[in-house]
Amino acid sequence: MIRVVDVHKSFGGQQVLKGVNLDFTTGKITTIVGTSGCGKTVLLKHLNALLLPDRGEVLVDNVDITKLKQKELYAMRGRFGVLFQGAALLDSMTIFDNVAFPLREKTKMDEAQIRKKVEERLDQVGLEGMGYKYPAELSGGMKKRAGLARALIMDPEIVLFDEPTTGLDPVLATGIHQLIARTQATFGFTGVVVSHTIPQVFEISDYVAILAGGIIEEIKPTKEFKESKNPVVQQFIRGEIEGPIRVL
Amino acid sequence: MLSLLTHIGRFTLRQLSEMGRMSLFLLSALMLAFRPPAKIYLIIHHIKTIGVDSLSVVILSGFFTGMVMGFQGYYSLRKFNAESWLGSAAALGLLRELGPVLSAFMVTGRTGSAMAAELGTMRATEQIDALYSMAINPIKYLVSPRIIAGLIAMPMLTAIFDVVGIYGAYLVGVGLLGVSSGSYFSGMESSVVFNDVYSGFMKSLSFGLIITWVCCYKGFYAPPRATGVSQATTESVVLSFVLILVWDYFLTSVML
Repeated sequence: MIRVVDVHKSFGGQQVLKGVNLDFTTGKITTIVGTSGCGKTVLLKHLNALLLPDRGEVLVDNVDITKLKQKELYAMRGRFGVLFQGAALLDSMTIFDNVAFPLREKTKMDEAQIRKKVEERLDQVGLEGMGYKYPAELSGGMKKRAGLARALIMDPEIVLFDEPTTGLDPVLATGIHQLIARTQATFGFTGVVVSHTIPQVFEISDYVAILAGGIIEEIKPTKEFKESKNPVVQQFIRGEIEGPIRVL
Repeated sequence: MLSLLTHIGRFTLRQLSEMGRMSLFLLSALMLAFRPPAKIYLIIHHIKTIGVDSLSVVILSGFFTGMVMGFQGYYSLRKFNAESWLGSAAALGLLRELGPVLSAFMVTGRTGSAMAAELGTMRATEQIDALYSMAINPIKYLVSPRIIAGLIAMPMLTAIFDVVGIYGAYLVGVGLLGVSSGSYFSGMESSVVFNDVYSGFMKSLSFGLIITWVCCYKGFYAPPRATGVSQATTESVVLSFVLILVWDYFLTSVML
Protein backbone atom coordinates (compact mmCIF):
# COMPACT_ATOMS: atom_id res chain seq x y z
CA MET A 1 0.00 0.00 0.00
CA ILE A 2 1.30 3.46 -0.93
CA ARG A 3 0.02 6.40 1.08
CA VAL A 4 0.77 10.07 0.42
CA VAL A 5 0.19 12.22 3.51
CA ASP A 6 0.01 16.01 3.45
CA VAL A 7 2.76 16.41 0.82
CA HIS A 8 3.87 19.96 0.06
CA LYS A 9 6.37 20.87 -2.65
CA SER A 10 7.59 24.20 -3.98
CA PHE A 11 10.04 25.12 -6.73
CA GLY A 12 11.52 28.56 -6.25
CA GLY A 13 8.59 30.63 -5.11
CA GLN A 14 5.99 28.48 -6.84
CA GLN A 15 4.03 26.10 -4.62
CA VAL A 16 3.07 23.08 -6.74
CA LEU A 17 1.72 20.63 -4.16
CA LYS A 18 -0.20 22.18 -1.27
CA GLY A 19 -0.99 19.23 0.98
CA VAL A 20 -1.67 16.17 -1.15
CA ASN A 21 -3.33 13.21 0.58
CA LEU A 22 -3.82 10.07 -1.48
CA ASP A 23 -3.96 6.28 -0.99
CA PHE A 24 -3.12 3.82 -3.76
CA THR A 25 -4.81 0.43 -3.52
CA THR A 26 -2.49 -2.55 -3.87
CA GLY A 27 -2.86 -4.54 -7.08
CA LYS A 28 -5.04 -1.92 -8.77
CA ILE A 29 -4.46 0.87 -11.28
CA THR A 30 -4.99 4.38 -9.98
CA THR A 31 -4.89 7.20 -12.49
CA ILE A 32 -4.09 10.77 -11.53
CA VAL A 33 -5.59 13.28 -13.93
CA GLY A 34 -5.34 17.04 -14.01
CA THR A 35 -4.55 19.94 -16.28
CA SER A 36 -1.10 20.30 -17.86
CA GLY A 37 1.40 21.73 -15.40
CA CYS A 38 -0.76 21.07 -12.32
CA GLY A 39 1.95 18.93 -10.67
CA LYS A 40 1.00 15.35 -11.63
CA THR A 41 4.53 14.36 -12.61
CA VAL A 42 5.89 16.11 -9.51
CA LEU A 43 3.55 14.02 -7.38
CA LEU A 44 4.50 10.83 -9.25
CA LYS A 45 8.20 11.50 -8.68
CA HIS A 46 7.55 11.68 -4.93
CA LEU A 47 6.28 8.09 -4.91
CA ASN A 48 9.76 6.59 -5.40
CA ALA A 49 11.60 9.55 -3.85
CA LEU A 50 13.00 10.95 -7.09
CA LEU A 51 11.75 14.17 -5.49
CA LEU A 52 11.50 14.75 -1.77
CA PRO A 53 8.66 16.75 -0.25
CA ASP A 54 9.22 20.00 1.61
CA ARG A 55 6.71 18.70 4.13
CA GLY A 56 4.66 15.53 4.47
CA GLU A 57 5.18 11.78 4.18
CA VAL A 58 5.20 9.13 1.46
CA LEU A 59 4.53 5.74 3.03
CA VAL A 60 5.18 2.47 1.24
CA ASP A 61 3.96 -0.41 3.42
CA ASN A 62 3.94 2.04 6.35
CA VAL A 63 7.61 3.02 5.82
CA ASP A 64 8.20 6.71 5.19
CA ILE A 65 10.50 6.60 2.16
CA THR A 66 11.41 10.28 2.51
CA LYS A 67 13.38 9.42 5.66
CA LEU A 68 15.22 6.35 4.38
CA LYS A 69 19.00 6.18 4.27
CA GLN A 70 20.55 5.89 0.81
CA LYS A 71 21.02 2.11 0.93
CA GLU A 72 17.46 1.50 2.13
CA LEU A 73 16.12 3.93 -0.44
CA TYR A 74 17.85 2.09 -3.29
CA ALA A 75 16.41 -1.19 -2.00
CA MET A 76 12.96 0.43 -1.91
CA ARG A 77 13.35 1.77 -5.46
CA GLY A 78 14.07 -1.79 -6.58
CA ARG A 79 10.39 -2.53 -5.87
CA PHE A 80 9.32 0.10 -8.43
CA GLY A 81 9.29 0.17 -12.19
CA VAL A 82 8.91 3.50 -13.98
CA LEU A 83 7.80 4.32 -17.49
CA PHE A 84 8.92 7.90 -18.11
CA GLN A 85 7.14 10.40 -20.32
CA GLY A 86 9.80 10.23 -23.06
CA ALA A 87 10.64 6.60 -22.14
CA ALA A 88 14.10 7.79 -20.91
CA LEU A 89 15.91 4.96 -22.67
CA LEU A 90 19.70 5.17 -22.41
CA ASP A 91 20.51 6.35 -25.92
CA SER A 92 24.01 4.88 -26.01
CA MET A 93 22.56 1.34 -25.74
CA THR A 94 20.44 -0.85 -27.98
CA ILE A 95 16.87 -1.66 -26.94
CA PHE A 96 17.99 -5.13 -25.84
CA ASP A 97 20.76 -3.68 -23.66
CA ASN A 98 18.37 -1.08 -22.23
CA VAL A 99 15.93 -3.76 -21.13
CA ALA A 100 18.74 -6.03 -19.92
CA PHE A 101 20.46 -3.19 -18.07
CA PRO A 102 18.72 -3.55 -14.65
CA LEU A 103 19.27 -7.34 -14.74
CA ARG A 104 22.97 -6.93 -15.50
CA GLU A 105 23.44 -4.27 -12.84
CA LYS A 106 21.23 -5.58 -10.06
CA THR A 107 21.14 -9.39 -10.37
CA LYS A 108 23.61 -12.25 -10.69
CA MET A 109 21.78 -13.82 -13.65
CA ASP A 110 23.99 -15.21 -16.41
CA GLU A 111 23.80 -13.90 -19.95
CA ALA A 112 21.67 -16.81 -21.22
CA GLN A 113 19.05 -16.24 -18.52
CA ILE A 114 19.11 -12.48 -19.20
CA ARG A 115 18.62 -13.06 -22.93
CA LYS A 116 15.65 -15.35 -22.30
CA LYS A 117 13.94 -12.92 -19.95
CA VAL A 118 14.58 -9.83 -22.09
CA GLU A 119 13.28 -11.52 -25.23
CA GLU A 120 10.19 -12.63 -23.31
CA ARG A 121 9.48 -9.05 -22.19
CA LEU A 122 10.14 -7.64 -25.67
CA ASP A 123 7.66 -10.19 -27.06
CA GLN A 124 5.07 -9.14 -24.46
CA VAL A 125 5.27 -5.50 -25.56
CA GLY A 126 5.29 -6.36 -29.26
CA LEU A 127 8.94 -5.58 -29.94
CA GLU A 128 10.16 -9.05 -30.86
CA GLY A 129 13.22 -8.90 -33.12
CA MET A 130 13.75 -5.17 -32.47
CA GLY A 131 16.31 -5.53 -29.70
CA TYR A 132 19.26 -4.65 -31.94
CA LYS A 133 17.92 -1.15 -32.69
CA TYR A 134 18.94 2.03 -30.87
CA PRO A 135 16.32 4.32 -29.25
CA ALA A 136 16.90 6.99 -31.92
CA GLU A 137 15.78 4.49 -34.57
CA LEU A 138 12.38 3.86 -32.93
CA SER A 139 9.07 5.69 -33.22
CA GLY A 140 7.48 7.33 -30.15
CA GLY A 141 5.15 4.38 -29.56
CA MET A 142 7.94 1.82 -29.89
CA LYS A 143 10.06 3.79 -27.41
CA LYS A 144 7.19 3.73 -24.90
CA ARG A 145 6.84 -0.02 -25.38
CA ALA A 146 10.58 -0.51 -24.89
CA GLY A 147 10.37 1.69 -21.79
CA LEU A 148 7.53 -0.48 -20.52
CA ALA A 149 9.56 -3.65 -21.14
CA ARG A 150 12.41 -2.13 -19.10
CA ALA A 151 10.03 -1.02 -16.35
CA LEU A 152 8.70 -4.59 -16.06
CA ILE A 153 11.98 -6.51 -16.36
CA MET A 154 12.61 -6.71 -12.60
CA ASP A 155 9.03 -7.90 -11.90
CA PRO A 156 8.23 -4.79 -9.83
CA GLU A 157 5.44 -4.64 -7.27
CA ILE A 158 4.59 -1.07 -8.23
CA VAL A 159 4.79 0.52 -11.68
CA LEU A 160 4.60 4.28 -12.25
CA PHE A 161 3.49 5.52 -15.67
CA ASP A 162 4.22 9.15 -16.45
CA GLU A 163 1.98 10.31 -19.31
CA PRO A 164 2.30 6.97 -21.17
CA THR A 165 0.34 8.15 -24.22
CA THR A 166 1.39 11.79 -24.57
CA GLY A 167 2.41 12.59 -28.13
CA LEU A 168 0.89 9.41 -29.58
CA ASP A 169 -1.97 9.19 -32.05
CA PRO A 170 -5.34 7.91 -30.68
CA VAL A 171 -4.91 4.43 -32.13
CA LEU A 172 -1.43 4.02 -30.67
CA ALA A 173 -2.61 5.56 -27.37
CA THR A 174 -5.34 2.91 -27.13
CA GLY A 175 -2.72 0.26 -27.92
CA ILE A 176 -0.49 1.47 -25.08
CA HIS A 177 -3.46 1.60 -22.68
CA GLN A 178 -4.38 -1.98 -23.57
CA LEU A 179 -0.78 -3.01 -23.11
CA ILE A 180 -0.73 -1.48 -19.62
CA ALA A 181 -4.00 -3.23 -18.72
CA ARG A 182 -2.76 -6.55 -20.12
CA THR A 183 0.59 -6.42 -18.35
CA GLN A 184 -1.11 -5.40 -15.10
CA ALA A 185 -3.43 -8.39 -15.39
CA THR A 186 -0.44 -10.65 -16.07
CA PHE A 187 1.91 -9.37 -13.38
CA GLY A 188 -0.58 -8.00 -10.83
CA PHE A 189 1.45 -4.90 -9.99
CA THR A 190 0.06 -1.77 -8.36
CA GLY A 191 -0.14 0.79 -11.15
CA VAL A 192 -0.07 4.55 -10.86
CA VAL A 193 -0.80 6.33 -14.13
CA VAL A 194 -0.45 10.06 -14.66
CA SER A 195 -2.42 11.17 -17.66
CA HIS A 196 -4.75 13.73 -19.15
CA THR A 197 -5.87 11.46 -21.96
CA ILE A 198 -9.54 11.19 -21.03
CA PRO A 199 -11.85 9.39 -21.40
CA GLN A 200 -9.56 6.63 -22.85
CA VAL A 201 -7.51 6.29 -19.66
CA PHE A 202 -10.68 5.53 -17.66
CA GLU A 203 -10.90 2.16 -19.44
CA ILE A 204 -7.79 0.84 -17.72
CA SER A 205 -8.23 2.58 -14.35
CA ASP A 206 -9.68 1.05 -11.20
CA TYR A 207 -9.54 4.41 -9.41
CA VAL A 208 -9.24 7.97 -10.68
CA ALA A 209 -7.93 10.95 -8.69
CA ILE A 210 -7.96 14.54 -9.88
CA LEU A 211 -5.18 16.94 -8.88
CA ALA A 212 -6.20 20.59 -9.01
CA GLY A 213 -4.89 23.64 -7.20
CA GLY A 214 -2.11 21.59 -5.58
CA ILE A 215 -4.44 19.16 -3.78
CA ILE A 216 -6.34 15.97 -4.62
CA GLU A 217 -9.79 17.34 -5.29
CA GLU A 218 -11.40 13.90 -5.51
CA ILE A 219 -10.53 10.19 -5.71
CA LYS A 220 -13.13 7.57 -6.54
CA PRO A 221 -13.57 4.27 -8.35
CA THR A 222 -13.64 5.05 -12.07
CA LYS A 223 -17.40 4.62 -12.57
CA GLU A 224 -18.25 6.88 -9.64
CA PHE A 225 -15.62 9.40 -10.69
CA LYS A 226 -17.20 9.75 -14.12
CA GLU A 227 -20.56 10.41 -12.49
CA SER A 228 -19.17 12.77 -9.86
CA LYS A 229 -21.06 16.01 -9.24
CA ASN A 230 -17.84 17.78 -8.18
CA PRO A 231 -17.63 20.88 -10.43
CA VAL A 232 -13.84 20.48 -10.79
CA VAL A 233 -14.28 16.91 -12.06
CA GLN A 234 -17.12 17.91 -14.36
CA GLN A 235 -15.19 20.85 -15.81
CA PHE A 236 -12.16 18.65 -16.46
CA ILE A 237 -14.13 15.79 -18.02
CA ARG A 238 -16.11 18.16 -20.26
CA GLY A 239 -13.03 20.23 -21.10
CA GLU A 240 -14.78 23.50 -20.31
CA ILE A 241 -12.92 26.77 -19.99
CA GLU A 242 -15.36 28.23 -17.50
CA GLY A 243 -15.36 26.71 -14.04
CA PRO A 244 -13.41 26.34 -10.81
CA ILE A 245 -10.19 25.29 -12.63
CA ARG A 246 -8.41 28.44 -13.79
CA VAL A 247 -7.18 27.75 -17.29
CA LEU A 248 -5.87 31.01 -18.69
CA MET B 1 23.95 50.80 0.00
CA LEU B 2 22.00 48.13 1.90
CA SER B 3 20.75 46.74 -1.39
CA LEU B 4 24.32 46.47 -2.73
CA LEU B 5 25.43 44.65 0.42
CA THR B 6 22.44 42.31 0.13
CA HIS B 7 23.42 41.52 -3.47
CA ILE B 8 27.05 40.89 -2.53
CA GLY B 9 25.94 38.70 0.38
CA ARG B 10 23.57 36.68 -1.80
CA PHE B 11 26.23 36.26 -4.50
CA THR B 12 28.81 35.10 -1.94
CA LEU B 13 26.41 32.64 -0.37
CA ARG B 14 25.47 31.27 -3.78
CA GLN B 15 29.12 30.79 -4.75
CA LEU B 16 29.95 29.15 -1.43
CA SER B 17 26.99 26.83 -1.73
CA GLU B 18 28.01 25.91 -5.31
CA MET B 19 31.59 25.20 -4.14
CA GLY B 20 30.24 23.00 -1.35
CA ARG B 21 28.03 21.10 -3.78
CA MET B 22 30.93 20.62 -6.19
CA SER B 23 33.18 19.33 -3.40
CA LEU B 24 30.55 16.87 -2.16
CA PHE B 25 29.99 15.72 -5.74
CA LEU B 26 33.71 14.98 -6.16
CA LEU B 27 33.96 13.29 -2.78
CA SER B 28 30.97 11.11 -3.54
CA ALA B 29 32.32 10.18 -7.02
CA LEU B 30 35.74 9.26 -5.60
CA MET B 31 34.27 7.21 -2.76
CA LEU B 32 31.94 5.36 -5.12
CA ALA B 33 34.82 4.69 -7.53
CA PHE B 34 36.43 2.42 -4.93
CA ARG B 35 33.21 0.70 -3.87
CA PRO B 36 32.64 -2.68 -5.57
CA PRO B 37 31.59 -3.75 -8.11
CA ALA B 38 34.28 -1.95 -10.11
CA LYS B 39 33.10 -0.65 -13.48
CA ILE B 40 36.30 -1.64 -15.34
CA TYR B 41 34.58 -1.84 -18.76
CA LEU B 42 33.27 1.71 -18.33
CA ILE B 43 36.68 3.02 -17.25
CA ILE B 44 38.25 1.45 -20.36
CA HIS B 45 35.49 2.93 -22.53
CA HIS B 46 36.10 6.42 -21.14
CA ILE B 47 39.89 6.09 -21.42
CA LYS B 48 39.23 5.53 -25.12
CA THR B 49 36.90 8.56 -25.28
CA ILE B 50 39.22 10.87 -23.36
CA GLY B 51 42.55 9.45 -24.47
CA VAL B 52 42.39 7.80 -27.88
CA ASP B 53 39.80 10.17 -29.34
CA SER B 54 41.84 13.23 -28.25
CA LEU B 55 45.10 11.80 -29.55
CA SER B 56 45.07 13.44 -32.99
CA VAL B 57 44.36 16.93 -31.65
CA VAL B 58 46.97 16.53 -28.91
CA ILE B 59 49.62 15.35 -31.40
CA LEU B 60 48.84 18.18 -33.81
CA SER B 61 48.88 20.89 -31.15
CA GLY B 62 51.99 19.41 -29.52
CA PHE B 63 53.85 19.35 -32.83
CA PHE B 64 53.06 22.98 -33.69
CA THR B 65 53.70 24.18 -30.15
CA GLY B 66 57.12 22.52 -30.30
CA MET B 67 57.88 24.12 -33.66
CA VAL B 68 56.90 27.58 -32.38
CA MET B 69 59.10 26.98 -29.34
CA GLY B 70 61.92 26.10 -31.73
CA PHE B 71 61.62 29.46 -33.47
CA GLN B 72 61.01 31.58 -30.36
CA GLY B 73 63.67 29.77 -28.33
CA TYR B 74 66.24 30.15 -31.09
CA TYR B 75 65.39 33.89 -31.43
CA SER B 76 65.80 34.52 -27.68
CA LEU B 77 68.85 32.32 -27.10
CA ARG B 78 70.73 33.72 -30.09
CA LYS B 79 70.86 37.10 -28.34
CA PHE B 80 73.07 35.47 -25.71
CA ASN B 81 74.91 33.19 -28.15
CA ALA B 82 73.26 30.27 -26.42
CA GLU B 83 71.46 28.54 -29.35
CA SER B 84 72.95 25.23 -28.26
CA TRP B 85 70.63 25.35 -25.22
CA LEU B 86 67.57 25.19 -27.44
CA GLY B 87 66.91 21.53 -26.61
CA SER B 88 67.10 22.29 -22.92
CA ALA B 89 64.74 25.28 -23.17
CA ALA B 90 62.20 23.41 -25.28
CA ALA B 91 62.23 20.32 -23.07
CA LEU B 92 61.91 22.25 -19.80
CA GLY B 93 59.17 24.49 -21.15
CA LEU B 94 57.19 21.58 -22.50
CA LEU B 95 57.68 19.14 -19.63
CA ARG B 96 57.03 21.60 -16.82
CA GLU B 97 54.43 23.91 -18.32
CA LEU B 98 53.20 23.83 -21.88
CA GLY B 99 52.71 20.08 -22.18
CA PRO B 100 50.37 19.68 -19.19
CA VAL B 101 48.51 22.98 -19.69
CA LEU B 102 47.98 22.88 -23.45
CA SER B 103 47.07 19.20 -23.57
CA ALA B 104 44.58 19.87 -20.74
CA PHE B 105 43.08 22.69 -22.81
CA MET B 106 42.81 20.40 -25.82
CA VAL B 107 41.12 17.65 -23.79
CA THR B 108 38.72 20.17 -22.22
CA GLY B 109 37.68 21.44 -25.63
CA ARG B 110 37.59 18.04 -27.30
CA THR B 111 36.21 15.73 -24.58
CA GLY B 112 35.22 17.80 -21.53
CA SER B 113 32.61 19.80 -23.42
CA ALA B 114 31.20 16.60 -24.96
CA MET B 115 31.05 15.06 -21.49
CA ALA B 116 29.05 18.01 -20.12
CA ALA B 117 26.72 17.99 -23.13
CA GLU B 118 26.14 14.22 -22.89
CA LEU B 119 25.32 14.29 -19.17
CA GLY B 120 23.23 17.45 -19.62
CA THR B 121 21.20 15.74 -22.33
CA MET B 122 20.78 12.70 -20.11
CA ARG B 123 19.44 15.00 -17.39
CA ALA B 124 17.05 16.76 -19.79
CA THR B 125 15.70 13.48 -21.20
CA GLU B 126 15.23 11.96 -17.71
CA GLN B 127 17.89 9.28 -18.33
CA ILE B 128 19.54 10.22 -15.02
CA ASP B 129 16.18 9.94 -13.24
CA ALA B 130 15.72 6.57 -14.95
CA LEU B 131 18.99 5.34 -13.42
CA TYR B 132 17.86 6.50 -9.97
CA SER B 133 14.52 4.78 -10.45
CA MET B 134 16.30 1.53 -11.42
CA ALA B 135 18.12 1.77 -8.06
CA ILE B 136 21.42 2.46 -9.87
CA ASN B 137 23.53 5.30 -8.49
CA PRO B 138 24.15 7.57 -11.52
CA ILE B 139 27.23 9.10 -9.91
CA LYS B 140 28.85 5.68 -9.64
CA TYR B 141 27.72 4.69 -13.12
CA LEU B 142 28.28 7.93 -15.04
CA VAL B 143 30.77 10.07 -13.10
CA SER B 144 33.24 7.86 -11.21
CA PRO B 145 34.45 5.95 -14.31
CA ARG B 146 34.97 9.23 -16.19
CA ILE B 147 37.05 10.68 -13.34
CA ILE B 148 39.22 7.55 -13.05
CA ALA B 149 39.63 7.51 -16.85
CA GLY B 150 40.65 11.19 -16.78
CA LEU B 151 43.27 10.46 -14.13
CA ILE B 152 44.73 7.67 -16.27
CA ALA B 153 44.44 9.22 -19.74
CA MET B 154 45.59 12.78 -19.04
CA PRO B 155 49.22 11.99 -18.00
CA MET B 156 49.57 9.72 -21.05
CA LEU B 157 48.30 12.42 -23.41
CA THR B 158 50.63 14.94 -21.79
CA ALA B 159 53.59 12.59 -22.24
CA ILE B 160 52.72 12.25 -25.94
CA PHE B 161 52.35 16.04 -26.25
CA ASP B 162 55.79 16.51 -24.66
CA VAL B 163 57.54 14.00 -26.92
CA VAL B 164 55.92 15.34 -30.10
CA GLY B 165 56.62 18.94 -28.99
CA ILE B 166 60.30 18.19 -28.38
CA TYR B 167 60.50 16.59 -31.81
CA GLY B 168 58.77 19.66 -33.35
CA ALA B 169 61.29 22.00 -31.72
CA TYR B 170 64.08 19.68 -32.94
CA LEU B 171 62.81 19.83 -36.53
CA VAL B 172 62.80 23.63 -36.52
CA GLY B 173 65.97 24.15 -34.46
CA VAL B 174 68.14 21.47 -36.03
CA GLY B 175 66.47 21.02 -39.42
CA LEU B 176 65.73 24.64 -40.32
CA LEU B 177 67.90 26.90 -38.14
CA GLY B 178 71.11 24.89 -38.05
CA VAL B 179 71.46 24.09 -34.35
CA SER B 180 73.66 21.05 -33.88
CA SER B 181 71.75 17.84 -33.19
CA GLY B 182 74.28 16.78 -30.56
CA SER B 183 74.06 20.02 -28.59
CA TYR B 184 70.23 19.93 -28.80
CA PHE B 185 70.05 16.54 -27.07
CA SER B 186 73.05 16.94 -24.76
CA GLY B 187 71.66 20.26 -23.44
CA MET B 188 68.37 18.54 -22.80
CA GLU B 189 70.04 15.58 -21.08
CA SER B 190 72.15 17.75 -18.80
CA SER B 191 69.39 20.14 -17.68
CA VAL B 192 66.27 18.00 -17.38
CA VAL B 193 66.04 16.31 -13.97
CA PHE B 194 63.49 13.91 -12.48
CA ASN B 195 61.70 16.74 -10.68
CA ASP B 196 60.85 18.39 -14.03
CA VAL B 197 59.14 15.22 -15.27
CA TYR B 198 57.49 14.67 -11.89
CA SER B 199 56.17 18.25 -11.82
CA GLY B 200 54.62 17.82 -15.28
CA PHE B 201 53.16 14.46 -14.27
CA MET B 202 51.53 15.88 -11.13
CA LYS B 203 50.08 18.77 -13.12
CA SER B 204 48.61 16.51 -15.78
CA LEU B 205 47.16 14.22 -13.12
CA SER B 206 45.44 17.10 -11.34
CA PHE B 207 44.25 18.62 -14.63
CA GLY B 208 42.69 15.26 -15.54
CA LEU B 209 40.79 15.41 -12.26
CA ILE B 210 39.74 19.05 -12.75
CA ILE B 211 38.44 18.51 -16.30
CA THR B 212 36.38 15.41 -15.56
CA TRP B 213 35.13 16.75 -12.22
CA VAL B 214 34.01 20.17 -13.53
CA CYS B 215 32.55 18.88 -16.81
CA CYS B 216 30.69 16.01 -15.15
CA TYR B 217 29.34 18.30 -12.42
CA LYS B 218 28.12 20.95 -14.85
CA GLY B 219 26.50 18.35 -17.12
CA PHE B 220 25.01 16.32 -14.27
CA TYR B 221 23.25 19.34 -12.78
CA ALA B 222 22.42 21.07 -16.07
CA PRO B 223 18.98 22.69 -16.09
CA PRO B 224 16.69 20.22 -17.92
CA ARG B 225 16.14 22.18 -21.13
CA ALA B 226 17.96 22.73 -24.43
CA THR B 227 19.54 26.02 -23.32
CA GLY B 228 20.52 24.32 -20.06
CA VAL B 229 22.73 21.89 -21.98
CA SER B 230 24.47 24.64 -23.95
CA GLN B 231 24.88 26.71 -20.78
CA ALA B 232 26.39 23.73 -18.94
CA THR B 233 28.78 23.04 -21.82
CA THR B 234 30.01 26.64 -21.95
CA GLU B 235 30.35 26.91 -18.18
CA SER B 236 32.21 23.61 -17.95
CA VAL B 237 34.81 24.70 -20.53
CA VAL B 238 35.30 28.19 -19.07
CA LEU B 239 35.51 26.97 -15.47
CA SER B 240 37.89 24.15 -16.43
CA PHE B 241 40.21 26.60 -18.21
CA VAL B 242 40.21 28.99 -15.26
CA LEU B 243 40.78 26.26 -12.67
CA ILE B 244 43.56 24.72 -14.77
CA LEU B 245 45.40 28.06 -14.89
CA VAL B 246 44.83 28.86 -11.20
CA TRP B 247 45.87 25.36 -10.10
CA ASP B 248 48.85 25.52 -12.46
CA TYR B 249 50.04 28.66 -10.67
CA PHE B 250 49.76 27.01 -7.24
CA LEU B 251 51.49 23.81 -8.31
CA THR B 252 54.26 25.74 -10.05
CA SER B 253 54.89 27.86 -6.99
CA VAL B 254 55.00 24.77 -4.77
CA MET B 255 57.03 22.50 -7.07
CA LEU B 256 59.54 24.98 -8.50
